[in-house]
Amino acid sequence: MTQVKLIKILGSYGVVIALLLLILFGWARYDYFLGLFNITSVLRYNSMFALVALGMCFVIMTGGIDLSVGSTAALGSVVAALASPHGVWIGLGAGVGAGLCVGLINAILVTRLRIMPFVATLAMMLAASGTALLLADNQSVSVSYESGFTTLGQDNFLGFPIPAWIALFAYIVGWVILNFTSTGRGVLAVGGNEDATRLMGLPADRIKFLVYLASGGLAGMAGVILASQFGAGQPIEGVGWELFAIAAVVVGGTLLTGGVGSVGATLAGVLLLGILFNVLNFENGKGWISLSAYWQSVIRGLFLLVVVILQAKLASRGGVAAKDH
Amino acid sequence: MTDLTAQPKQRLFDPFEFLARYGTLIALALLIVFNLIFTRNFASMQTVNVNLTQVCTIVIVAVGMTLVIGTGGIDLSVGSLMAISGALAPMIFLGKILPIGNIYLAVAAAMIIAVLIAGIFGLFNGWLIARFRIQPIVATLVLFIAGRGIAQVMTNGNLQTFRVPEFQFIGLGRILGVPVQVILMAIIVIIAAWVLKRTVFGRQIIAIGGNERAAELSGIAVSKVKLIVYGISGLCAGIAGLIVIAINSSSDANLVGLGMELDAIAAVAVGGTLLSGGKATIIGTLLGAMTIQLVRYTLLSNGVPDAAALVVKAGIIVLAVWIQQQGRHA
Repeated sequence: MTQVKLIKILGSYGVVIALLLLILFGWARYDYFLGLFNITSVLRYNSMFALVALGMCFVIMTGGIDLSVGSTAALGSVVAALASPHGVWIGLGAGVGAGLCVGLINAILVTRLRIMPFVATLAMMLAASGTALLLADNQSVSVSYESGFTTLGQDNFLGFPIPAWIALFAYIVGWVILNFTSTGRGVLAVGGNEDATRLMGLPADRIKFLVYLASGGLAGMAGVILASQFGAGQPIEGVGWELFAIAAVVVGGTLLTGGVGSVGATLAGVLLLGILFNVLNFENGKGWISLSAYWQSVIRGLFLLVVVILQAKLASRGGVAAKDH
Repeated sequence: MTDLTAQPKQRLFDPFEFLARYGTLIALALLIVFNLIFTRNFASMQTVNVNLTQVCTIVIVAVGMTLVIGTGGIDLSVGSLMAISGALAPMIFLGKILPIGNIYLAVAAAMIIAVLIAGIFGLFNGWLIARFRIQPIVATLVLFIAGRGIAQVMTNGNLQTFRVPEFQFIGLGRILGVPVQVILMAIIVIIAAWVLKRTVFGRQIIAIGGNERAAELSGIAVSKVKLIVYGISGLCAGIAGLIVIAINSSSDANLVGLGMELDAIAAVAVGGTLLSGGKATIIGTLLGAMTIQLVRYTLLSNGVPDAAALVVKAGIIVLAVWIQQQGRHA
């Protein structure tokens, strides 16, 4: 059954292999692709998406979805910017707190009122966006530069951008929780078969509650980095982030039906989509082609298309493909 | 031979059941009464016109969305398909692709081709969902992301402005004093309502949404129905895209149809269609869209900022779905 085995390996490590190939391609083709400047700027920018995608990954593993992450990040960035004159930690706490509030409401709507995750988080997407616009008075809110709030998004620690460290830390925590705690195993159990999970006596509602709360908090953190990195809280940023996050999670091999998923592959998915755009920029710089920025969404869409078709084929042939976590 | 014990227990009155059925209608009536009392100049033809013309595109897209949701699916790509049709039509009637001498011919070609292309993209969604069994939310996510990019690449992100009365008739014209797009909306709503209620195809949509496996076993061509439903959703989006650019006298691929998927889904949800599929109502969707529009109008005309209206809209969606669910479980 070597063919089935091959398919399984492709399903589990396909995204990592694709990522390595893309990096290899970039390294061979462009002079400064693996230069420190390019690496740090790619990591700095994509760490926001990485945080949002991590929360999304957990939500999707329980069989749910969180459409509110983009506007939650926008809200987080506005709140953090408003609180930034009081210092780094207060700005950070306020932004994450705002995200947790949205996550809390999502969690209550889904687990207590039993509203479909898709609808509940769609409504919260509107509500968070409206709140962000109200707080920001329909314009971007400049952060305080005196309080040192911008160090969070703009400075380095041990040669790497601080946002990248934050994202890395979050992924390690996420990986440990998913693989080594009962809550983490419960996440996959709920997504696999919620009724069975309940009958086994696992606290399905509590697990779902925590997952939406965490997703909100992570989106809030992404918002804090956004405000700090660009020096302003931006109420209209974050449009389409939720879909980028879903795309990254799907590219990482997590099934949208829940029950199967991987934290590491999600990170690889985020990097793959991010570096794809980076490669496009380099290619434009070489002057061989001149693809406008508009091509990036077309290419991302095509990429997602290829991945979902492959996933569908793998799922129908080799059983459930991505079994590794 | 009446067996009294076997008779179903009659519940006297179930408030949730009642609200689930008539809630939207009641809300709409209350809103109108509220406005008649508190909003100045509400009872005027102009108010009716403003609200109707604003709600038209949402209703047209939401009709397609209702059919899609009826099968238990979702279509996230509608906004992007509006952008594609909105970008393509001016390129044709302005003669950027191939010069057509007769303006009527050019406008007709522009409308037909633009709407058909949107329909074909819709079929593509349906093909992904039916052929590969990809979940609708992911399958339509592909065109949600790529579709607007396609429109932007086609126009290079530039604004296309035009002044072509023959084309803009569908957004600015009137027949017997009624705006053309309102007539278009009415036609689409009536046809869709008839199809859903009175035709085999309509029954099949509901059957698939209720229980896909059972529908398949009972001999319904599930794949074909899905393909057609997503195609229709694409056509509706295409028409809505044309109306939007006709009203604006310009087409901006970055903006046409932005966020429309949310408005359409909200209208469907508030209208009482089950988002899990198996029960759908076109008239409900029409009422749902009007309720949301009227709430927004009420808030804006009473000095509440647009951002706050968003929060209220969120509350309405949650409330509508919650009431619907209580009615179902009771």
